[in-house]
Amino acid sequence: MALIPTFPSFGWTISLLQMLFVIFLAPLLYGWIGVVRAILQNRRPAGLLQPWRNILRLLRKETILPEGHSYLFLFVPPLFFFIMAGASLLIPFLMVSPPLAPVADAVTLVGLFSLARFAMAAAAMDLGTPFGDMGGRREMMVAFLTEPATLMILFTVSLWSGSTAIPSILHSFSLGHSPFHPSLLIAAMAFILVFLGENARLPIDNPSTHLELTMIHEAMLLEYSGPLLALMEWGSMQKLLLYLLLGIDFFAPLGISRGLSPLSLLVGLVALLGKLFVLGAGIALIESIFAKLRIFRIPEFTALAYLLSTLGFLLHFVLEV
Amino acid sequence: MEGNNFSPETGFDSFHGAIPHATLSFDSPERYRGEAHFLAHSGARLLALWADSPSSIRASLILREGVVLLSLSLPKDSLSFPSLSSIFPTAGRFERTIADLFGLLPEGLTDLRPWSDHGLWLVPPLAEGRPSLHQPFAPEDYPFVRVRGEGVHEIPVGPVHAGIIEPGHFRFSVVGEKVLRLETRMGYVHKGIDSLFRGRTLFEGARLASRISGDSAVATSLAFSKAVEEALNIEVSEGIRFVRALLLERERIANHIGDLGALGNDAGLGVALSLFGPLRERMHRHNLTHFGHRLLFDTIVPGGVSTFLSPQMVDALLQETDDLLSEVSLLERIYSDHGGLQDRFQNTGILSPEIAIRLGIGGVAGRASGQGWDLRIDHREDPVHRFSPALALDHVGDVAARVRIRFFEIFESLHLVHALLTNFPGPDICSTLPDIPLSREGLGIVEGFRGEVLGWVRIRPGKTIESAHIAEGSPLLWHALEASVPGNLVADFPLINKSFNPSYSGSDL
Repeated sequence: MALIPTFPSFGWTISLLQMLFVIFLAPLLYGWIGVVRAILQNRRPAGLLQPWRNILRLLRKETILPEGHSYLFLFVPPLFFFIMAGASLLIPFLMVSPPLAPVADAVTLVGLFSLARFAMAAAAMDLGTPFGDMGGRREMMVAFLTEPATLMILFTVSLWSGSTAIPSILHSFSLGHSPFHPSLLIAAMAFILVFLGENARLPIDNPSTHLELTMIHEAMLLEYSGPLLALMEWGSMQKLLLYLLLGIDFFAPLGISRGLSPLSLLVGLVALLGKLFVLGAGIALIESIFAKLRIFRIPEFTALAYLLSTLGFLLHFVLEV
Repeated sequence: MEGNNFSPETGFDSFHGAIPHATLSFDSPERYRGEAHFLAHSGARLLALWADSPSSIRASLILREGVVLLSLSLPKDSLSFPSLSSIFPTAGRFERTIADLFGLLPEGLTDLRPWSDHGLWLVPPLAEGRPSLHQPFAPEDYPFVRVRGEGVHEIPVGPVHAGIIEPGHFRFSVVGEKVLRLETRMGYVHKGIDSLFRGRTLFEGARLASRISGDSAVATSLAFSKAVEEALNIEVSEGIRFVRALLLERERIANHIGDLGALGNDAGLGVALSLFGPLRERMHRHNLTHFGHRLLFDTIVPGGVSTFLSPQMVDALLQETDDLLSEVSLLERIYSDHGGLQDRFQNTGILSPEIAIRLGIGGVAGRASGQGWDLRIDHREDPVHRFSPALALDHVGDVAARVRIRFFEIFESLHLVHALLTNFPGPDICSTLPDIPLSREGLGIVEGFRGEVLGWVRIRPGKTIESAHIAEGSPLLWHALEASVPGNLVADFPLINKSFNPSYSGSDL
């Protein structure tokens, strides 16, 4: 489904640029969220580059392997990292139709994220430590609770295009519909909830806590150290950015380049950075005003996400067809 | 035995420091147990139980009317002492500590696992060469109580924790996320405080007393100083009493503010820490400029205080009090209006009034569970009683109740500080400490920020300490924590723990 004639080699260049963009910008976005959060909480920010400093510091350190680990424990961090890097090829954000468009299906993407999460939980349980087990099973609980909502959001968004392929979704938005549809607005709200759950942010999980008993995502990483930990954390940063990019594609695609002219690519890039800038600040705001939910309140939270996404889905037929 | 029992109406013989107390000495284990039993039925709570030598067991009980110290003398060759654990459930760990230190067997105690001994002591360190029933064991072999059943597993936490806090081990038995049982294991910061006191001068003793648990420096050193003053039979002047009351309230306010910020942070509201933290830090800095130490170490000495309160300082502290009053009021509104925070606090970690009574919990935790004990209110101690602070009392016993109690006490203490400062009679000189011809004992008790802090001392001629003990109240709070966690989610434990905030150092001694 070639919507726009592409020059294959140039398209691949853009795709590689996308990957580099995700790999190298993800820590900066993390840093930006940290900066805004620190400012909102009357603290002195550690700076945009702090996540980068952390990654470089961890990469220089030695790896200490816990007793009783298997190969799973060693393989998962690079796997996780490369799944995330690979996923960046599937989400069009610099241009509408990357060369991997035929497989750039949102359901594939959800599947990839699930695979990454499963691998992480399995590695956490590999050692049989109580915290790894606890983190693994909590993560899987959150995952299976958010997944229905994720798919519902996807279906709502694809109602316009009749396809879950991201390029065609993007294309359908450019066909003259008004940018604000009630169904998409509601689906966007659901997406925010899913985003917070999937990326272990407040109010589902507290990424900055030291209390091992309360952790979800971090509990899975407790036994990792050095470069392996760096890969895991770097991968999580990429995942956060990828989710934001997906959300931008679905709900705020304005400005994305439809051709390959340098000017439109540049405009698209600037628009994208602006959106990430705003969204990062929004995440920091949410994280500053909400307390963490009690763990057994998470089903209520994800049920709300599912309810909203279903509502969006139905609204499409009531108001928009 | 009937008729000889202690009577709260007539039995108190010492009124030093305005809180009545009495020491009852026993030679017979039966009389000792009988008296404890009788007092328990009169509503007494156990504060602490310790041995000041292999032949002398002490149990301090608190009644509404005052403090009773039961003192049991054992025969020289005795290898055991009677246990009070069937009367006071919290006595067990105190008695296990005695067993570890002195090699004495607590008779009637079913739980004879070691407590302070982590398998590193070849002989009981204070047994003084007598034969003992001590059995060496490997440190990793501590037999936690097992919960059996389908799907039950254990989560060991500590003694090294992820945050920078004190060491202690928690063993959770859980099904899924639900805690069935929590057992604590302490003793990692056993310092041998009682032995460190021996042979020291009174001022060295006061220095040590203020370092037992850093957050309660004023309370512990004040309890010690009051005990010394009773033993030496001296009264301190009005100005000194004012400064002491002021320092005690400042310590309470700073700790409550710190705890409230940490509670919000543990519930995931990071901004709470950066709102409460600076208030506490500002108090610490003022403590440093005005009183010479951020945590008020060594400000209280036997016979007086080591600081001075000038009119300029009074003005500065009044200003600070006014600022804190408005700032904490604002923060209280934020906390009570924050739905997410209240959802985490409410119905979490409930310590029911019945269990609070059974365990004899006082202080903040007790007052949040319907136990209206507060030495500042129950007794006519000058100068605090002149300004009649109100009792903070709640009946729910959950984390939210303990948060409310802390806020209430901050406001009461701020009003009290304000009253103390405006009525300050002017600085007074410290009393000189006279020597005594014979060894004498003294007892002091103070309402610290967690609860009652008890100091006991025996001084010998030459003004050196023959024996001393400080009980800070935290051992009881660990029991309260263990009682309130089962039924909650594992992930809520840090919040419940913080709402009690027991001291590790203060309970290990």
